Amino acid sequence: MAEGRLPVIVAKPPDPFTALKINGKVTADWLEAFLHDELIVRRGIKRAVIGLSGGIDSAVTAFLCARALGPKNVHAIRMPYKTSNPSSLADAKLVIDALGVNERTIEITAAVEGYLQFEPDADPRRRGNVMARARMIVLFDQSTKLDALPVGTGNKTERMMGYFTWHADDSPPVNPIGDLFKTQVWDLARYLGIPQSLIDKAPSADLEADQTDEGDLGITYYKADGILSLMLQGFPDRRIVEAGFTPEEVALVRRRVDGTHWKRHLPTTAMVSATAINEFYLRPVDF
Amino acid sequence: MMNVALVQVKPRKGDREANFAALREIFAQLQADGKPDLIVLPEAAMTGYFLEGAVYELAYEAHAFVDRLAAEWRAAGGKGEVDVVSGFFENDRGTYYNSAVYATLGRHETRVVHVHRKMFLPTYGVFDEERFLSRGRRLSAFDTKFGCAAMLICEDAWHAIMPTIAAIKGARLLIIPSASPGRGLGGDAELESVSHWRDLMCGHAVEHGIFVLYAGLTGFEGGKGMTGSSCVIGPTGDVLAQAPALGSCIVRASIDLADIDVARAALPLLGDLAAVLPDLLLDDELPLPRGHAGSLDGTQGVRERRG
Repeated sequence: MAEGRLPVIVAKPPDPFTALKINGKVTADWLEAFLHDELIVRRGIKRAVIGLSGGIDSAVTAFLCARALGPKNVHAIRMPYKTSNPSSLADAKLVIDALGVNERTIEITAAVEGYLQFEPDADPRRRGNVMARARMIVLFDQSTKLDALPVGTGNKTERMMGYFTWHADDSPPVNPIGDLFKTQVWDLARYLGIPQSLIDKAPSADLEADQTDEGDLGITYYKADGILSLMLQGFPDRRIVEAGFTPEEVALVRRRVDGTHWKRHLPTTAMVSATAINEFYLRPVDF
Repeated sequence: MMNVALVQVKPRKGDREANFAALREIFAQLQADGKPDLIVLPEAAMTGYFLEGAVYELAYEAHAFVDRLAAEWRAAGGKGEVDVVSGFFENDRGTYYNSAVYATLGRHETRVVHVHRKMFLPTYGVFDEERFLSRGRRLSAFDTKFGCAAMLICEDAWHAIMPTIAAIKGARLLIIPSASPGRGLGGDAELESVSHWRDLMCGHAVEHGIFVLYAGLTGFEGGKGMTGSSCVIGPTGDVLAQAPALGSCIVRASIDLADIDVARAALPLLGDLAAVLPDLLLDDELPLPRGHAGSLDGTQGVRERRG
């Protein structure tokens, strides 16, 4: 018989961040294989074009592309606007130098102003959208010129929160990091050996002065990812609050997700037949 | 001893001619390296897995599929007979299944030994099988020249009752063609779904004292990476050989089905189950039909035509 009170072992409550843990090597190897398969095996394209912003998402994408295709087959394009932070150009240069990829800087100021001169009252949101779409014009044209494929750099957090310009940031045909939350992108960046200053800097769309993602979103990426992870697993808001988030934080993320489902789809087409594309006529993307 | 070869491939999506041509090369390699007794190919091996509506254009009648396998075996210079298992999309007079066939290919005669139609059609998350396919209605164990075998296809093997029924029916060899898109980046050295698959199959093998032969598709299909990891598992639950998740390859092993008797003598769980099973199934709280249920799947018809 045991003497005295028996020890009690209590199960820990669910950790919202458990599902966010990644193994850097497993992740990098898998995404490298994905890029090799999508570009070389499926499409017979050896080169990639990446818009290198100076942020962590495009830096990780560039590192993965360099692993999959070789640095000489990666074309990093810097596309500053006249109000872009000069440090963005310098941070992008760190990636270029670390990898030895091809580089080019193409200012988008003239292209953007070519249109906005007729819309002098455009607010910052509209101006940001024009810049994002101008950058996609450059990327796609460069891809045609270089016989390369544009590779996307959007992460899962911004995709779920709708924090991107529709048919701009999301338009490249392949994206290796689109199923990784922002904090997972940081984890992968550490494994890949990306310069620490890029990992430490505050993420920013750099469309306006002093803009930060977390300021725009109203929540830190760390908290947003914890909430999103539980939300996407199907937990109700009550359980997410129990995991350590405030009702206001959960409501903020829920509102952003629910208000942006349309941004994660192709345009809505009126269905009038029994052969409607992607409704009745169904073929996988790689068919 | 029985020499088995598991063929892990990445088919060209929807390109049956290219995939059969590639299979001919694989048959030639197998022949050159020492003809195996049994060759196992993955689920949807000649088309790729995610076909959506194209499945109707690419499905085969079972005998036509086996005839094509046999033609490639002969074209590859195949000598004598060889047994082959392959997954394929089946068209049975306008009803479509995700099936696996066990066939004997020879220079002059080809026999369909058994067709298993996938019973558990995953229709959740990334999967959409039941939108396009009908499900099989019976799990059979069948005789081969090496002993009694059963086939499960992918999700079939995730339900513990399936290998249990196969083993109770006498199967000593459980053959699993599969196409498993990888998920989970938090594993120690591999995707979490790969570890989960292996844990499940080792559990099946050790509980029932059976050999498990698992052949997986590999490569990416529209961003979804098939995790290969084809493997041979012995009746004590030991992994005898395993392929990596990515990359086409061949896994070969010589297995001795007599090892099953040794394993079951040490751990006679299957015998215990056979003794207790009637009591379990007589439990009227179980949602089981109590009348006589006839076969609805037509598999028997396939066997009788050439058996």
